[in-house]
Amino acid sequence: MNMTAKVLALGTFAAVLPLASADKVSFSQDVEPIFRQHCLICHGEALQQSGLRLDRRDSAMRGGNSGTVVEPGDPAASALIKRLEGAGGLQQMPPGRHLSEAEIETIRTWIAEGAAWDGSGESQDSPATAGHWGFRPIRRPAVPQVMDTQWVRNPIDAFVLARLETEGLNPAAEATAPTLVRRASLDLTGLPPEHSTVSRDLPYEELVERLLESDHFGERWATQWLDLVRYADSDGYEKDSVRPHAWRYRQWVIEALNRDMPFDEFTIDQIAGDLVPESTTEQRVATGFYRNTLKNREGGVKVEEFRFEEVVDRTNTVATVWLGLSMECARCHDHKYDPITQKDYYRMFAFFNELDEVDIDAPMPGEVGPYLSAKPEFDRKLAAIYEEYNVPELIGPWTEKMLWASENPGLEHEWDTSWDILALYLDDGQRILRTPPEERHWREDYALTEWFLRNYSRVVSEEDYKATGFKEAVQEVHALVDSFPDVTRARAIQIAAKRPKSHVHPAGQWDELGEEVSAGTPAVLPAVAHGPPVPTRLALGRWLASPENPLTARVTVNRIWQGYFGTGLVATSDNFGLRGEAPSHPDLLDWLAAEFIDSGWSLKHVHRLIATSATYRQDSAWREDLAAIDPANRLLGRQVRLRLPAETIRDTSLSVSGLLDPTVGGPSVRPYQPPGVAELSYGSSVKWPTSPGSDGYRRGVYIHFQRTTPYPFLANFDLQERNVALCTRTRSNTPLQALNLLNDPVFFEMAQGLAFRVLTETPGQAFEQRLDRAFDLCLARDPRGTERELLHEYFIRQRALLEDDEQAARDWFPFELAGRGEPTDRTALAAWVGISRILLNMDEFITRE
Amino acid sequence: MTSAQYRSIQTRRSFLDTCAGGLGTVGLAHLMGIEGVTAAESRDPLALRNPHFAPQAKNLIFLFMAGAPSQMDLFDPKPGLKEWHGEALPASLTKDLNLAFIKPTAKVLASPREFSRCGQSGTEISDYLPHLQGVADDICVVRSMQTDQVNHHPGQSMLMSGSPLVGRPTVGAWLTYGLGSESRNLPGFVVLSSGRGASGGSSNFSSGFLPSSYAGVPFRKSGDPILYLSNPQGVSRESQQLSLETLRLLNAENQERTGDPQIASRMANYELAFRMQASAPELLDFSDESQSTKDSYGIEQEPTNAYGTNCLLARRMVERGVRVVMLIHASWDDHTNLDEGLKKNCDITDKPAAALVRDLKQRGLLDETLVVWGGEFGRTSLGQLKHVGDKVGRDHHPNGYSMWLAGGGVKGGQAVGATDDLALKAVEDPVHVHDLQATVLHLMGLDHERLTYRHMGRDFRLTDVSGAVVNKLLA
Repeated sequence: MNMTAKVLALGTFAAVLPLASADKVSFSQDVEPIFRQHCLICHGEALQQSGLRLDRRDSAMRGGNSGTVVEPGDPAASALIKRLEGAGGLQQMPPGRHLSEAEIETIRTWIAEGAAWDGSGESQDSPATAGHWGFRPIRRPAVPQVMDTQWVRNPIDAFVLARLETEGLNPAAEATAPTLVRRASLDLTGLPPEHSTVSRDLPYEELVERLLESDHFGERWATQWLDLVRYADSDGYEKDSVRPHAWRYRQWVIEALNRDMPFDEFTIDQIAGDLVPESTTEQRVATGFYRNTLKNREGGVKVEEFRFEEVVDRTNTVATVWLGLSMECARCHDHKYDPITQKDYYRMFAFFNELDEVDIDAPMPGEVGPYLSAKPEFDRKLAAIYEEYNVPELIGPWTEKMLWASENPGLEHEWDTSWDILALYLDDGQRILRTPPEERHWREDYALTEWFLRNYSRVVSEEDYKATGFKEAVQEVHALVDSFPDVTRARAIQIAAKRPKSHVHPAGQWDELGEEVSAGTPAVLPAVAHGPPVPTRLALGRWLASPENPLTARVTVNRIWQGYFGTGLVATSDNFGLRGEAPSHPDLLDWLAAEFIDSGWSLKHVHRLIATSATYRQDSAWREDLAAIDPANRLLGRQVRLRLPAETIRDTSLSVSGLLDPTVGGPSVRPYQPPGVAELSYGSSVKWPTSPGSDGYRRGVYIHFQRTTPYPFLANFDLQERNVALCTRTRSNTPLQALNLLNDPVFFEMAQGLAFRVLTETPGQAFEQRLDRAFDLCLARDPRGTERELLHEYFIRQRALLEDDEQAARDWFPFELAGRGEPTDRTALAAWVGISRILLNMDEFITRE
Repeated sequence: MTSAQYRSIQTRRSFLDTCAGGLGTVGLAHLMGIEGVTAAESRDPLALRNPHFAPQAKNLIFLFMAGAPSQMDLFDPKPGLKEWHGEALPASLTKDLNLAFIKPTAKVLASPREFSRCGQSGTEISDYLPHLQGVADDICVVRSMQTDQVNHHPGQSMLMSGSPLVGRPTVGAWLTYGLGSESRNLPGFVVLSSGRGASGGSSNFSSGFLPSSYAGVPFRKSGDPILYLSNPQGVSRESQQLSLETLRLLNAENQERTGDPQIASRMANYELAFRMQASAPELLDFSDESQSTKDSYGIEQEPTNAYGTNCLLARRMVERGVRVVMLIHASWDDHTNLDEGLKKNCDITDKPAAALVRDLKQRGLLDETLVVWGGEFGRTSLGQLKHVGDKVGRDHHPNGYSMWLAGGGVKGGQAVGATDDLALKAVEDPVHVHDLQATVLHLMGLDHERLTYRHMGRDFRLTDVSGAVVNKLLA
């Protein structure tokens, strides 16, 4: 019986919630790994010593030449246990390294519990693991019948309710209108409702429609994608150099999400935008996906070793993002749990082994005209600077000698180093140097010449370098470039001129080559449709987002679900393999996946279905009646309260305080951070010049992501380092977060902004009306319970504390802000900042209810 | 469990936290363990957890010498190099070297240092480390360290996280994840730094894919010691308290309404933050330390003041229950001008590090505190000349280098392992960094094969897929 069938047959929570059933031994999670590691080499597919085969249920139960080895329910009578223990004078298995007590105990318990076989190899007829829920073809299940048909708003609800009804449970009541408005706004756009009362009067479906149409939708959901593709604005290793063009890829993601680019297209452009016939600039920008890989430019690094690591990283990332599989294990050996061989791994690897990195011109609207008209003048001035410093005379011999050094290593040390470092610091530098000057693109020639000016010092004495005046030349060149209205550029890839062959690498070592392999997808999944001789990367892109691929659609709708409920239908959204948790609602997962494909891979269609469902609209309050039986809310008998993601906390705070610059798109920004943060970088080399003007008040998605010294607020609120694909952010709850929201000058300024906004929007009004306005802005609701009294009490006591300290009151509320002169009382102004600060720190404010 | 039951635990919890400090948290972990708070994330991530077996050490102080100190000038005398000084070695000897910059034909550089046999044990230590010579009987020098990496960032990553690729949790994160922390008023894993930033930046104390609560918290050299520790300008402690009290009541009302345990946890964290605001300045205030203690660490003296301050802070932190303190000092990367560069770093760090060992011992803390000193790899016995006219330095060397350990279950007064006469590689009892990691976890009561975290379907561990406890290091 497969996992899903077992779940349905038992109808218990324990079966769908492996965490809750931790006391029962699972074959796939506990026993099969032991078999794989210790037994299958002799009793598996290739060899069946003594006629025993343990990777198939049928054969394992049949036993070997001397009879059965597993007696379900009776470990003492099972020959397997005797053999593992070495009892009765028989040779102990496995020979050599015997199993540990704990491992034998696991197998003993498994047999005692009935030796259920819930993993791969269920029968002899099907290929390994074909029965696994993640690998089965997606078929649209029938929408189940339910008793309470009134509650159902769309088919999602029928699946959820059918399950609840089986358990004799009701769903929760619908959340109140204010909660729902705030929830939908935060979930769909990452911003609080602009005018909560206006939004409340809209029919809910219309509100969702407006939110889906908002340009802020793409900003909100881009963050999930950027976590997956490990987007950052810097290299990651050591000097952690800035990637000034990285944002152009982020721009592409936000725009694609906003115009609901079909997900198959979204996939193909990122995987193989360069290979699409007549590919556009935007499609090539999409290949910036690959360029998010970390880069090591440390002196002395072996270029080929890190190129290998980059290809490995790209392979792992594609597997996680689209297939929900962690293929990483198969880099070194056949996967222990999933049916992925090491050869499978390097066949996937081969798709990405052909990539060369290239930066391309990717102009934004309005940039090309000024660029073209300024270019001739720029060329003239650049040539004049080169002339002035005798560059043409010196660079020729230098180029010759560099080429000589590359062919004669070990003879002149400075030249060796210079040649090696050229490859590290200047992407493609060695190739450019080998290209005759007249065949270089002007950017290539500029890049190499600029590098030459700065690095000529490596091969001549200090005095000789000084005499060239190159230091000054570099300054002049940089000044010229800074004044030139250049077009935006993007990081992309192209096929390498010399495509390396791909091999299996035994034990995953970059410099050990095994069998040669050609590109292909894992054998356990449906084959790629391709023309001879081998599938291209374009074929891979089409295959990833094809209806035949059982994983991509499931994985993608599951991640969207996770965004709305905190947990996916498959709780392990990063693992749809055999070690992944079975879905809580397998039919719903498949229905959504089928709906996704049939809608033409429309992401917004899936968002709309979820956001308008009755399931989503439930109240999130804790339910006493579910607490004991469904503590993790896997049955979806309520919504959940979720602490907002880092960016949303910032954006929401900025928004309510009236400080947000809501501009969509553009280069990364650096908001204020205390001195000393960037200095923790290597040699304190990272610089953090605070962005001028309103750029410091942009949304969190635009904050410059410096890998080795990330912006502290983002790190405090769980925007984890973007070094590997991340499917789920943790939602931690720490004292450092409290300090951040209370004391970060950026947040204090927001409290001041909120106070100023509330006071100016409620001229002449009483404390109560002002507080109502503040609550509406922050929480999209009126004060309730004792909230008003508590804050009034605070207001009075805070004023008293500030009474004698005019300087403090001034620090709290710079009086020059009080434009209309009211309220004139300084302590009252300051106490409003205090109230605002409390509101911005309320758990409810940083939570989506 | 009902929300009412939960609330009663929470009430007991804040009572215990406030009144009994560390002891209270034992009770709390215990309570939570048996009563089973449902959502994993609502547990205090730093609550005390039971080790796998009785630990030798409770706390770790890692004196991380980023950039790779030169072992044959400090801990591993190689008189045999003198015969070869200024000459290239035969290719047959250098074929296994893993070099970053120089070629195998570079010329041998013998060490000009004088070594003495120190203490009862007679451990040989260089004249550049006169203070450490005085505690030779308390430290265990490992002369046969090995790593797989020859570049700084991957090497540092290897040492700290067990993998050359950044993105995995580091040793301090693993320890606080595995054991929690006794300190309720300070973070469980603190990072102090001096000198230039290390190549690895924050990846040296990252929590990787573990929850970020386990990441090292940098104590800063200027401004607030912990980021955002002090109130905004103009906000007095009374005002802060008033605001927090109001906030607590508002949150409590919402907790009542929603029954969400996360709110209780948030309230507790705001209280903890408030206490941290008081306890961090107390930690930094050395006025209760005697002048002789401060002098021994070289505080208010140069060039030792900054590093000495960090060493004394480390002692004060472990006294207050901080689980892991990492002191980063960068950089020992002497490709050129080795003599001067090495002397400079030794003058900065030698006296404070020796004082730390002695001070911990005097206070009876050394038995329960594990001190580790070392870098990501060592340096070559072949000299490096970058430019004509440069003073000579040494290149990176992963095949055999030195570190030392002290306290917490380590057998002091010995040198473990050996390299060959030309310092080309470890030939006796090689200790891979994974072995070191396994040993550190072992001393802290954790089995490196059992301390795992499932991420993307795989159970990851600090030692990746290898590592063995080095029994010779154990007392």
